[in-house]
Amino acid sequence: MNLIVSNPQGSAMSGSSPSHTVLDVNDLRIEFHGKSETVVAVPTLSFRVKAGESYGLVGESGCGKSTTAMAIMGYLGSTGVIAGGSIRFEGKELVGASARELREIRGRQIAMVYQDPMSALNPVKTIGSQLAEVPLLHLGVSRTEAMEMAAAMLEDVRLPDAGDMLKRYPHQLSGGQQQRVVIAMALLARPSLLLLDEPTTGLDVTVEAAVIDLIGELRSRYSTSLLFISHNLGLIAETCDRVGIMYSGEMVEEGPTGDLFRRPRHPYTQGLIDCIPDITHDKRSRSLAAIPGHIPLPQERPIGCFFAPRCTGFTAGLCDRPDLELEHIGGDHMVRCIRWRDMKRSQPAQLAQIGKAQVQTQAVAVSGLTKLYKLGGDRTLKANESVSFNAAKAEIVALVGESGCGKSTLARIVTGLDRATSGEVRIAGENVAEIQAKDRPRDLLQSVQMIFQNPDSTLNPSHCAAFSIRRSIKKFGIRKGKAAIEERVRELLEMVRLSPAIANRKPNQLSGGQKQRIAIARAFAADPALIVADEPVSALDVSVQAAIVTLLLDIQREKQSTMLFISHDLALVRHVADKVVVMYLGKVMEQGTVEEVFDGGTHPYTEALISAIRSPNPDEKRRDRVHLTGDTPSPINVPTGCRFATRCHRKVGAVCDSVAPPLRKMSDTHEIACHIDATELRTTPSRYGALGQGRA
Amino acid sequence: MVKFLLNRLAMMLLTMLCASFLVFAVCEYTPGSVARKSLGPFATQQQVDLLTAKLKANDPLVVRYGRWLGVLVGAIPDPLQDPSTGLNFKDPRGAQYFGNFGYSTLNKLPVNDVIWNRLGNTAILAGLAFLLIVPLSIIFGILSGLKEGGALDRTLSVICITFTSIPEFASGVFLVTLFVILWPILPGTSPLTSDGGWAIPYQFVLPVAVLVIYDFGYVARMIRVSMIAVMERPYIRTAVLKGMSTRRVILGHALRNAMIAPFTVLLLQINFLISGVVVTELVFAYPGFGRLILEASLFGDISTLEAATLITVAIAVVTQLLGDLGYMLLDPRIRVR
Repeated sequence: MNLIVSNPQGSAMSGSSPSHTVLDVNDLRIEFHGKSETVVAVPTLSFRVKAGESYGLVGESGCGKSTTAMAIMGYLGSTGVIAGGSIRFEGKELVGASARELREIRGRQIAMVYQDPMSALNPVKTIGSQLAEVPLLHLGVSRTEAMEMAAAMLEDVRLPDAGDMLKRYPHQLSGGQQQRVVIAMALLARPSLLLLDEPTTGLDVTVEAAVIDLIGELRSRYSTSLLFISHNLGLIAETCDRVGIMYSGEMVEEGPTGDLFRRPRHPYTQGLIDCIPDITHDKRSRSLAAIPGHIPLPQERPIGCFFAPRCTGFTAGLCDRPDLELEHIGGDHMVRCIRWRDMKRSQPAQLAQIGKAQVQTQAVAVSGLTKLYKLGGDRTLKANESVSFNAAKAEIVALVGESGCGKSTLARIVTGLDRATSGEVRIAGENVAEIQAKDRPRDLLQSVQMIFQNPDSTLNPSHCAAFSIRRSIKKFGIRKGKAAIEERVRELLEMVRLSPAIANRKPNQLSGGQKQRIAIARAFAADPALIVADEPVSALDVSVQAAIVTLLLDIQREKQSTMLFISHDLALVRHVADKVVVMYLGKVMEQGTVEEVFDGGTHPYTEALISAIRSPNPDEKRRDRVHLTGDTPSPINVPTGCRFATRCHRKVGAVCDSVAPPLRKMSDTHEIACHIDATELRTTPSRYGALGQGRA
Repeated sequence: MVKFLLNRLAMMLLTMLCASFLVFAVCEYTPGSVARKSLGPFATQQQVDLLTAKLKANDPLVVRYGRWLGVLVGAIPDPLQDPSTGLNFKDPRGAQYFGNFGYSTLNKLPVNDVIWNRLGNTAILAGLAFLLIVPLSIIFGILSGLKEGGALDRTLSVICITFTSIPEFASGVFLVTLFVILWPILPGTSPLTSDGGWAIPYQFVLPVAVLVIYDFGYVARMIRVSMIAVMERPYIRTAVLKGMSTRRVILGHALRNAMIAPFTVLLLQINFLISGVVVTELVFAYPGFGRLILEASLFGDISTLEAATLITVAIAVVTQLLGDLGYMLLDPRIRVR
């Protein structure tokens, strides 16, 4: 087919022995030298990647995993210094290698795939010229040959119409396509080691599934070793042979994937696994176990075990000894915990029974809501089209879908940041669909409050934390008088489990979790009847995420407020919601109670979304992965029939492309918009069933 | 694309109309009437009144503005050239043609005879300065932007800031002292005639030097900031980790991105160089456009001022248009289809 595939000449073939070590990181110490202080990002770190192996490096933000990857590439910026230890690649020492030696290794023998593909590609150069640079640099080929190799590689990463793709610019591609280009670029010189730094974070779940499948396939084809860096345990569990768990710059546990996830020994690993929501449990059967506290800053690491301040098993005189080593506990499994034999995995807390909301008073009713954006000419962008659903008082309705499905537009209309083109949004009986926030009466404004996705950008950096809470109380006249307002601010901070001392801090002195707690306190300061939470935890680390979700659920239950919970994370939605509305390209595909959507027969799109969830539990049967092809079509020219028809794996026939699907009433509360009839939909193969063996 | 250009052209005409009306209105408040200026200080009040009546100079502002526009587009003849005024103002092109800027009361010549010559002189000066400013500022900006806070960056930054903060008259005098008085290798004035014994090319050296010294540091600073931002972008990391050398990363990946933002600033310098170099022209007695504008506004020579306004506005709008087109060329993300 092409030069590369038919003639595998890469260095990856050199390591024939299976135990041959490709990358050997030994006692690595990375420091960042600032003007006045030195920050030790990684105190000491050792691990090995063997030929053909996929090694997963897991940890939350700030644990040093990306820094380690950059150290391997010899790219720590002007302040970063490797202060000790060694990085040996194929036996060659990389620490202290000359610029010339590094250039020969970078891109040729070690290549990298980055987190955000859009910004990793140069916006002013065509895909073709960026790809062709790699063989031009490393393989000594001519420009035409390089272009041919680039085109062939694009076909290998399953990009359609490679010739045309070469002439395009990065912004003309979708996120999934961009990441495929980055992968193609990394593989062009046939490297023997591929570093993947959060390669699917920021991509939609169905796109993520396809990218991960592609990486797995290319890995076996090119026999490349992988160093897979991620915070997503499910992803790591599924793609890696061995896993290392990092905490605050240290390896706390390492072992073969199955063994480690089946019998996690370190309390941090156990905590991480327990705090991620899984698809089989909802909020009535399991509460997420958050890890208390936060990751220590490099300057405030304790002596001994770094995890000690957050650990329930902390024992003075034992855990605070300075010479804790990684201990072999059988096989390849190693753990850095002196008390690992005593650490019992805490059982999921039994919950006080949460009954379903009994009184079904309607709080929000959305009917026939349509939002069109005129783009000039005769082009219109259909953000929402006849969306209808209800939310009862004290109910949590989750809006689910991938980017571009219109869930955020809907939130903007409900909160009055935008106005609907037609349709109704009734809040307490009043239609607010076409009243923008500036025209809304104060009591209406007060009754609808919003929690935003990114707490970093929604808190004003020049005001102290309590400022927005105080302003909300004042503006809506919840309390009068300075003392009463301060009293209320304290109550609210207490409600979100923050110490009153935090009130006067500036946002840059707060952690992400603390900022989001402030945002929650602000939203509840107005005593709202409806909370719109737009991806409230997706920017947070998993251990923090669990705490915030639990907090949000507690407050919501106590205040009996209705909530629109917008998310792309289905496992989280399963855990949080009472009712689920699945959207695709501006239309509702399916809606029903959380049990109906997750347990019963579902829409093919929901099925694909659910199947894309990865669980770190190795004993949980692998779900049959639904492979969706292609990308979400542009909302400007939507398919005429069923919106999902272009990607659907259960297409009935031509009718899907031409006729809008009928609404199938599965039950009183469960509706599916699909051409497949109700009885057949009901027999959707169970997603937890024995059918799927997953990938080998 | 055609629609886009037509749109810009219409905007340009509108801007020119507004600017010319503003200048026209402001000139109302300068002392002395058109008639007085045309006749000179020794004419009797009676003669002035007579001419004022003939020129209908007591009509409302808007009517007179309309008349001026009419003369400009060639719809009506220039009233000052009417033989009955007895002024003996004669334009060899005739009294009525498109682009008739009227008669300069200051120079007692048709504006068209005065202004283009001066504009040409300034264009040469500005062009030479611009040719030096562009490469100098790009080199300085890129070099200091490569490593923020490094020794090179600090040295270049000090040079740029020092040069930019020295006013033109100061650097002009300084250079004259140095190269005309202490070490006489260059002429101190640039009248663009060979009467003083200096060949014309020599006369350009000092004015151009003053302009370059004053202006390039500012542009270099802009490019530096943009370069620093670009060097921190993830795609630069991608290029480095592909195994490219620093030189290839800069030339192949950073340069074009770093030029996108400062491109407008660079083009704005053309406007400055055409109309804002009054000081330099005065210092070196250079017969340029800026000096003409200064003299005309001091005298209240409406016709010349209006012509100069229209020309500078046209240049400004054209450079903006060039800026936008350049953006599209540099950045594929904003190309219009």
